[in-house]
Amino acid sequence: MEKQKCEGCSGIDPKMTEILEKYTEDKSNLIQILNEVQEYYGYVPEKAQLAISEYLKIPMAEIYGVVTFYARFTLKPKGKYHIAVCLGTACFVKGSEQILDRAKERLGIVEGETTKDGKFSLEATRCIGACGLAPVFTVNGEVYGKATVKKLDEIIDKIMENPE
Amino acid sequence: MINLTINGKAVQAEEGSTILEAARKVNIDIPTLCFLKGINEVGDCRMCVVEVEGRRGFATACIQKVEEGMVVKTSTPAVIEARRIVLDLILSNHDRECLTCTRNGNCELQKLAQEFYVDEIEYQGSRNEYEIDDKSPAIVRNFNKCVLCRRCVATCKKVQGIGAIDCIERGFASQVSTYKNKSLNDVNCTFCGQCIEACPVGALKEKDSTQEVWKALRDEDKYVVAQTAPAVRAALGEEFGMEIGTNVTGKMVSGLKELGFDKVFDTNTGADFTIVEEGTEFLDRFQNGGTLPMITSCSPGWVRYMELNYPELIPHLSTCKSPHQMFGAVIKSYYAEKMGIDPSKIFVVSVMPCIAKKFERTRDDMQGAGYDDVDAVITTRELARMIKQAHIDFLNLEDSEFDAPMGEATGAAAIFGTTGGVMEAALRTVQEKVTGNAFEKLEYEAVRGEQGIKRAEVDMNGKKVKVVVASGLKNAQTIMEEIKSGKADYQFVEIMACPGGCVMGGGQPIRSSKERATIDIRSKRANCLYSIDEKSTIRKSHENPVLKKIYEEYLGEPGGHKAHELLHTSYVERQKYLLDD
Amino acid sequence: MKTLEEIKKIREEKRKELDLRVNTSADTREKHILVCHGTGCTSSKSPKILENFRRIIEEKKIENVRVIQTGCFGLCAKGPIVIIRPEDVFYAMVTPDDCEEIIEKHIQNGEIVERLLCKDIDNKTVKKLDELNFYKKQKRIVLKNCGVINPEDIDEYIAFDGYKALEKVLFSMTPDEVIDVVSRSGLRGRGGAGFPTGKKWSFTKMAKGDQKYVVCNADEGDPGAFMDRSVLEGDPHCVVEAMMIAGFAVGANKGYIYVRAEYPIAVKRFQTAIDQAREYGILGKNIWNSGFDFDLEVRLGAGAFVCGEETALLESIEGRRGQPRLKPPFPANEGLFGKPTLINNVETYANITKIILNGAEWYASIGTEKSKGTKVFALGGNVNNTGLVEVPMGVTLREIVFDIGGGIPNGRKFKAAQTGGPSGGCITAENLDTPIEYESLQAIGSMMGSGGLIVMDDSKCMVNLAKFYLGFTVDESCGKCTPCRIGTKRLLEMLTKITEGKGEEGDVEKLEKLCKNIQKASVCGLGQTAPNPVLSTIKYFRDEYEEHIRDKKCRAGECKALMKLHIDPELCKGCGLCKRNCPVDAISGEVKQTHVIDSEKCIKCGTCISKCPFHAIKS
Repeated sequence: MEKQKCEGCSGIDPKMTEILEKYTEDKSNLIQILNEVQEYYGYVPEKAQLAISEYLKIPMAEIYGVVTFYARFTLKPKGKYHIAVCLGTACFVKGSEQILDRAKERLGIVEGETTKDGKFSLEATRCIGACGLAPVFTVNGEVYGKATVKKLDEIIDKIMENPE
Repeated sequence: MINLTINGKAVQAEEGSTILEAARKVNIDIPTLCFLKGINEVGDCRMCVVEVEGRRGFATACIQKVEEGMVVKTSTPAVIEARRIVLDLILSNHDRECLTCTRNGNCELQKLAQEFYVDEIEYQGSRNEYEIDDKSPAIVRNFNKCVLCRRCVATCKKVQGIGAIDCIERGFASQVSTYKNKSLNDVNCTFCGQCIEACPVGALKEKDSTQEVWKALRDEDKYVVAQTAPAVRAALGEEFGMEIGTNVTGKMVSGLKELGFDKVFDTNTGADFTIVEEGTEFLDRFQNGGTLPMITSCSPGWVRYMELNYPELIPHLSTCKSPHQMFGAVIKSYYAEKMGIDPSKIFVVSVMPCIAKKFERTRDDMQGAGYDDVDAVITTRELARMIKQAHIDFLNLEDSEFDAPMGEATGAAAIFGTTGGVMEAALRTVQEKVTGNAFEKLEYEAVRGEQGIKRAEVDMNGKKVKVVVASGLKNAQTIMEEIKSGKADYQFVEIMACPGGCVMGGGQPIRSSKERATIDIRSKRANCLYSIDEKSTIRKSHENPVLKKIYEEYLGEPGGHKAHELLHTSYVERQKYLLDD
Repeated sequence: MKTLEEIKKIREEKRKELDLRVNTSADTREKHILVCHGTGCTSSKSPKILENFRRIIEEKKIENVRVIQTGCFGLCAKGPIVIIRPEDVFYAMVTPDDCEEIIEKHIQNGEIVERLLCKDIDNKTVKKLDELNFYKKQKRIVLKNCGVINPEDIDEYIAFDGYKALEKVLFSMTPDEVIDVVSRSGLRGRGGAGFPTGKKWSFTKMAKGDQKYVVCNADEGDPGAFMDRSVLEGDPHCVVEAMMIAGFAVGANKGYIYVRAEYPIAVKRFQTAIDQAREYGILGKNIWNSGFDFDLEVRLGAGAFVCGEETALLESIEGRRGQPRLKPPFPANEGLFGKPTLINNVETYANITKIILNGAEWYASIGTEKSKGTKVFALGGNVNNTGLVEVPMGVTLREIVFDIGGGIPNGRKFKAAQTGGPSGGCITAENLDTPIEYESLQAIGSMMGSGGLIVMDDSKCMVNLAKFYLGFTVDESCGKCTPCRIGTKRLLEMLTKITEGKGEEGDVEKLEKLCKNIQKASVCGLGQTAPNPVLSTIKYFRDEYEEHIRDKKCRAGECKALMKLHIDPELCKGCGLCKRNCPVDAISGEVKQTHVIDSEKCIKCGTCISKCPFHAIKS
């Protein structure tokens, strides 16, 4: 899934205006708006926070407080391939920690980070609700159930071999 | 009234009061940490837990309301164990370098640790470590000392309406911080310093300027002049254990002289300049169709707020500098010339109740005489610290007078330190100028008192002048919105950034949460200033003989060219947030 | 817009048309291919299966066959699941490539595709869904429509008595009568705490306020639980209808449902349900000319477990950090935007329409004395049949784990089960026969919880499990109050210390003391229950804690730091695979000779264990 870039540094991105216009200036819309921003850009850009701050008249510190409170919001763009390993209880009991450890080892990053080339990012998620398939991990949202370290390796190898 | 039992005592409490209030009424103390009456009533720290019969967990004394027939126990062994563990946990994540902390001896956490006799941390573990933010000229944040009580957050957001700081991250990583952990210098902070007053520990403090002052005092080449703001004399005594609201003008002057200042002047004289200049500016606007309402500009936190939030309304701001800046400019021009001193050798130290003055000093267009009007700003607290360092026996000091010729001031100037004071002082001068009559009654009751916004109407030769007085930036915001939307029907506005005015400034002695809940600190300090005014022989700024002389000899007309050069300034639009991309 | 008469007509006609869904001897020439579209099956490509079926049917111009997406059937372990009605043939682990064969053999020639039939635990091939042991002891009330109807088609919902309870309430009952029925049914909150639902409704009704709200808590945060998600995915309209009934009862005309954004399918289906209900005039102003107005709005959560706590949830709906409020005041008096608010969770609501239609007595006849009705559990962990099960209150854990769940895989032994997730506790073998009800679970140190039920075999270390749950709580603590913010962190640090072999004498007592104070002094349910996994594992597995501390030993072999790997000379054939794969060159040995691990160098990564073909490496 290609994520959109936050357009230019001057002026407000028309997409941002479009998102804001869907909502009233009521402060209770903050999390709804942030969810849309996260969904569209793949993270919550600074410019978007500023635009929301002005629109809803909420200080930036408060918006930042909300963004850093909820795990779904991120401040940095994710990698081209975003790997999320589920650490919900069902997956944990079935050994997903080993899969996460392997991913960290292979990618040279820890959860929450993106590789320098921007190709991979890694996340340890809470239950994604695919407990019946535990352990699971996802790559750009696609679920890989009954996962093993070997399966993860294969997928990483495949992406790495792919020049783009 | 509600009937309840606390520790076996039958207690009557008003409906809607909290367990804490009911207990305090009968002298039963319950420890608190995050509680700040009317501002932060959230029950987060859990120090005030008590047992309520029939309830599963503990009750939160600081916010739980009393109920008919409630049976409360405030100090059972279980409660004490829980409090002790809570305290232990807070201490385990606290930078416990008490000896090198500004708040050593005046720290609510330290007091609790003493009371609970914590000789060892039972639940040790990892600690959050943060960089210290000392980039701004006014406030230093050291969040290694923060206990997450959020009293500062509530103050900044609810009282001041700013929200420069908030809680960020979550869980153990929770932190009180700014947008993206930026320096307060780079966000929408106004430097009012109310957060410092709210902080129970040393996580927030003023940028220390005492070292610069000591350095100047050591420098034999320097002619070091102190000037003291009106509100300082009403509060400095508190730092030495005196009753709140004691007037310590005489001891303060003596103390400053003992510290080695060459001259000790009274910023009140500067305040008289401000009234004369501001009054003239107002009359000019009022009579010649200038931008109205005109808003006072003595409060630098307020001025910064305006520049950050309402740059389009800057024309409403009086161009007058604040009293100490005016006064500094006069000292480095008129006084230097008269005394034959090289102004570059003069070092002006302002002793202020204010944190934002530290920033104001560094503003552009604050060099009236070609030199910085003021060279250092220290707060009431810092002055007390210097006096203590010098081991001066403050309580037993003889009174001294301010030095002539810049020590003469009026009663009007004294009340500058409280909300409504600038307006009252200005009205005394303006009303008389307009009507040509000397008024007998000089007390304008309508602008006195504790309300955040006060509105009044004054008759000036049949012409009504409506005035508004606001203190606290949240209230200022209300007024600004009125002006912005064209709803303002008034002509003259006084705004002070701190709720209650300078007597409650961010540089004043820090009082504990309990004192703030049980004592009317503002009134006590303000009454001290009103009584100075009452006892003054001259109570109108334009009648100050020193001023008359300086205008005659040096400045020319109020609002004239020379006066403008020295006593007025300009404003800029400021970016609220320094963004990274 | 549809009138009540039109709705009734849809119900009648559609019900006839869909009879084959519930009646194996339905008189029809039609066949319905039901493809599970719950999250589990969707992740294993069920949409592709649906697409293939439709394409093939079109290509082959087959008539009288419809392909329908449904909600979760429950047996996620065997997904993707395809069921063919009316004959009720159940195909498990279907791949998109199997569609052709199913169509050709089953649909066109009436032959069953034997190889795709599901094998039960006893290895018997099972043809029909309800022949499976997994389903035998279940009783479906909440999940009644899941797997039967297309959740994105309001007509199908209406066909199976949909919006009939609403009709009954609006035209023949007073709000007090509704509350009375709910009270008498004995329904208790399914979010975990078990507060009587009728009481909650009545408090909200009694609260003074011009504006009131009804809120549905669908922020299912317990890791390993997905009951609410399945209801929203499989039968969203039943929650819409129940919220409307609640609104009628308490005097609210606006509802919010707070759903985790991590549940995109549930969000989409619920939004579709709202849209369809609005289109039919079921949501909106003056519904069916009854004078009752009601509308609903979806609010998304954004990844914070604490928002499952009702006051934190309200904070979040209001657009702030999900930091709980102190109670009292309770939401019934001061809730959303300061107004009286009724909050129930999804499963609680999902019971309502059935209670209204079948009566309080019917509902109260199911379950035990104090716990009425059924409970849905998400069964996971080391158990054969993972998935979603709905059982009457009062069945035992043994029945769930062994009869429904099919026991423990790989010949291992049952060690414990955790209910209530990070807020709950473990249930050991000795308590396997405790009936599942609110009070009895609490009495043995666990809790009902929202329905996560994780089974653990003897390869699980209970200290490590407590550490896992505390890790979760520490991550999810909002940070508002001291005991939870710092206290849970200290618990985690102590547990980590113990699992790393650095535990000291007295640590267990220290843990217990801190736990008890965190329980009593924390602001909200998250903090108050966070120590439960520690306390309950200490209660039942104190010896394991002590082994870790005193003997530096982890009997389950899970705590890596306590693991000492060695090669069993009896089993080692000297093949050298371990040596070649060891990342730190800790293994030495000549070919065909017994190899040895240098424990100084060994980092306990476990690579050798997984590589050794002879299982010679032991810990």
